Amino acid sequence: MRHTLTVTMLAAFTAFVPAAEALAQVKIGASISATGPAAYLGDPEAKTLRMLVEELNASGGVNGEQIELVFYDDSGDPNKARTFATRLIEDDEVSAIIGGTTTGTSMSILAVAEDSEVPFISLAGAIDIIQPVKTYTFKTPHTDRMACEKIFEDMRKRGYKKIGMISGTDGFGASMQAQCKSVIANYGIEIVADETYDPKDSDMTAQLTKIKGAGDVQAVLNPGFGQGPSIVTRNYKQLAIGLPFYQSHGVASDGFISLAGKDAAEGVRLPGTALLVADLLSDEDPQKAAVIAYKTAFEEKTKEPVGTFGGYANDAFLILMDSIRRAGSSEPAAIRDAIEATSGLAGTTGIYTFSATDHLGLDLSAFRMLEIKGGKWSLVE
Amino acid sequence: MTRFLTTKNVTLLVLILLVALSPLLFPSGFYYRVGALIFVNAIAVTGIVILTGYAGQISLGHAGFAGIGAYACALAPVHFGLHPALAIFLGAGISAVLAYLVGRPILRLQGYYLGVATLGFGILVSMVLNNERDLTRGPDGIEVPELGLRAVLKSIGVDLTNGEFWYFFCGICLVFGAWLALNLFNSPSGRALRALHGSEVAARTVGVDVAAMKLKAFVISAVYASVSGSLLALQNKFITPDVAGFMHSIEMVTMAVLGGVGSVLGAIFGAAILTLLPQVLTVFAEYEQLVLGLVMMLVMIFLREGLLPSILRKFKGRGE
Amino acid sequence: MPELLQFLFSGVTVGAVYALVALGFTLIYNASDVVNFAQGEFVMLGGMITWAAYAAGVPLPLAALLAIVGTAAFGVAINKFAIEPARGAPVVSLIIITIGASIFIQGGAQLIFDKQIHTFPAFSGDAPLRIGGATILPQSLWVIGGAVVVFISLWLFFTRTLLGRAVLATSNNRMAAQLVGINTNFVMALSFALSAAIGALAGVLATPITLTAYSVGIGFALKGFAGAMLGGMGDPKGALVGGFLIGLIEALTAGYLSSQYKDAAAFIVILLVLFFMPQGLFGAKKTDRV
Repeated sequence: MRHTLTVTMLAAFTAFVPAAEALAQVKIGASISATGPAAYLGDPEAKTLRMLVEELNASGGVNGEQIELVFYDDSGDPNKARTFATRLIEDDEVSAIIGGTTTGTSMSILAVAEDSEVPFISLAGAIDIIQPVKTYTFKTPHTDRMACEKIFEDMRKRGYKKIGMISGTDGFGASMQAQCKSVIANYGIEIVADETYDPKDSDMTAQLTKIKGAGDVQAVLNPGFGQGPSIVTRNYKQLAIGLPFYQSHGVASDGFISLAGKDAAEGVRLPGTALLVADLLSDEDPQKAAVIAYKTAFEEKTKEPVGTFGGYANDAFLILMDSIRRAGSSEPAAIRDAIEATSGLAGTTGIYTFSATDHLGLDLSAFRMLEIKGGKWSLVE
Repeated sequence: MTRFLTTKNVTLLVLILLVALSPLLFPSGFYYRVGALIFVNAIAVTGIVILTGYAGQISLGHAGFAGIGAYACALAPVHFGLHPALAIFLGAGISAVLAYLVGRPILRLQGYYLGVATLGFGILVSMVLNNERDLTRGPDGIEVPELGLRAVLKSIGVDLTNGEFWYFFCGICLVFGAWLALNLFNSPSGRALRALHGSEVAARTVGVDVAAMKLKAFVISAVYASVSGSLLALQNKFITPDVAGFMHSIEMVTMAVLGGVGSVLGAIFGAAILTLLPQVLTVFAEYEQLVLGLVMMLVMIFLREGLLPSILRKFKGRGE
Repeated sequence: MPELLQFLFSGVTVGAVYALVALGFTLIYNASDVVNFAQGEFVMLGGMITWAAYAAGVPLPLAALLAIVGTAAFGVAINKFAIEPARGAPVVSLIIITIGASIFIQGGAQLIFDKQIHTFPAFSGDAPLRIGGATILPQSLWVIGGAVVVFISLWLFFTRTLLGRAVLATSNNRMAAQLVGINTNFVMALSFALSAAIGALAGVLATPITLTAYSVGIGFALKGFAGAMLGGMGDPKGALVGGFLIGLIEALTAGYLSSQYKDAAAFIVILLVLFFMPQGLFGAKKTDRV
């Protein structure tokens, strides 16, 4: 019994000790929420990164060196994310970090990355991650503000002046709700009904009934991600509200259509990336090659349909590898400079051009306005 | 010599040695961070020891107080110009008052009813922190100002890295908190608490003011949770509403019970284990929940008093 | 008026799910004095197993049956391996054990199934029924009907059958029940099996509305637990009423007050009830032997 205890404790200790280094390697780190409330986003991100590292190593690595990915799962907990970021930098000594599935985890990781001067590419949506610009932090997804702007652009085109909003109270939903409110006046639109729901709720008919009853609502917008928007969409159909319905980029995946049901999802519009309409892209579209490459590889490897979140991870990896190649070194400072110098890099989310004042690198044209028709994604006009 | 070796002194000695000497084994700066986290959790858990171990009351919502302490440090400097160090005291004060107000009606309940009432309280606090976006910046979290103590130390010649500073600062706070808790244990109040844990009716019979004592334990443990939350927020320089969430409350109780809720050292041991678990299981992160659930069940079934008492017993050679 | 009706429909639908979960809590509490925080996981398993079987080609009714039977077996296993060995442990330990079981099951579900969100087709289609200007899904009627049928069946079981009375006897006084020849171990296993089956049934009926994923259990557990406490822990009709009440309070708060704090309303009501009626709405006043 005594021995068992000692042996177990020793075993636990050795699990703690980092594995011995192999040949010359470029070490990159990842802290992603593959489990927990954001697992829906983090799981495809994790699978994407692992797949890409494997692929790249098989074809010779980068700058002649193999890539080692040190991967940690922070379960969506910002406290854990910070601990893992510290571990990546101080213990595993990585040259760069990709990760931060949620805004909370991203903010925690970037605090450590900025202090230790290691480049960090975030996979989360909030605009606060790159505004104000932080030296070492970049991000690949569109900001929630851009999603709002794209949606409002479309609404303005269709002549809507008064809309209702129903938002999830999770980080994504709440942040996008706030961003939308801050830019909506620029488009001459007014919010006349403003409801929320808890992401774990199973019925939003009460809130939607209130919106329906607000009288002069012309269209409805639902910022949120996960199961909430699917349920809202079904409730929307159940209540036969009949008004144009906009979702956010948080549900830009085939999963959303099957969960909401083809009938309920019919006519829903949302700002999505080229990834969802890969087959509809014209051959001259600069993103087509990157999109098709990722889609084929991911769907073959995981047997799951592709979604924008995995795409964010794909783009982050592309940018990082491209930067390491251009920098010709794996020194964090050199990599950072190379990332900032990225120009015209086509990813699945858009075409990236960073600068000292722009660590997002995308503009509204990267977003495509999509509409669900017959259970499939289609491009609007 | 034996008069010196009371439980209280041994506990404090072990703690001080642990805090002071562990850094000699640290291979990298990362371990300071883990250590600091363990100490922060241990502070909250010491509060649970007082509430559940001494007084036998259940709280499934104590993270609410941690949330108050954390957000006090995030908001008070910005809105009231209060120095973050003073904000720790503010948070503790608010938590104490809230614990007093909420505790008076709640502590009349027992067992599962007390559990659900405290659960409700915790959920309400985390809901307010989550929804009042204008004040707290909502679910995405809010930045917390720098404590500034490290800079002060630097100016008098003590140059510590961020990790080192927080490790020692939290360690010192923990030793202090443990010392207070151990003092409480042997004081008349502590004996009253333990009496009412054994049997409320009997305690009342010998003149213990049961309601007042329970409230005292509740308030004191709330302050511990609050300080723990404050230290976490200041250390991370960032905090989100899940610091007040249900899962965090359960984590606190689990740490206490797993290590041994009857003693301060046991609870600290539990805090260490649960804090280290995700770090140890990184390769098997997929299995973390499975392992955690299994550990919780096995320890509670077979080692009911917690891990530390059972381990000590084995080492002392006495049978079960 | 149609708005109020819509809110009521919404409240009654989720309330039915909470009621089923609360009934499950009550069954186990009566049998073993344990509040089983893993109850929500039974709901999750009901939904996830049905989805997994259905996605693999099994016809829906059979998939549902498989889920219910499988989860019942799981309930028996939890009793045998987690609850029985811990008889007599303090309340705190029991809470940790069942929460540990809940975490364990979630961890297992992640690995065996996956981390995505799933659903399966509603039993009688998706076309909403219009009643008095409000709409209700046919599936909601299944859920509400399910809760009522389960409650009535339980009531008949406890009052009309010998086995049911044996269960009541065991929960009343275990030693006495053993003395009159009741196989209390079997009764315990049965209670857990029933409770798990009820939870799984809730999951099966509700998934077409609520969707399912490996992590949905804890939300149901919290609300169901709250409902059982509100109604008075240990009384089945309390569980039924408590569950429905929580659902209604939530829906009405979302409809008339604030959608942000609808969960808060439910918990505030519980706190108030516990302050003024500590035994819940239907619970008997507890007397403890000193």
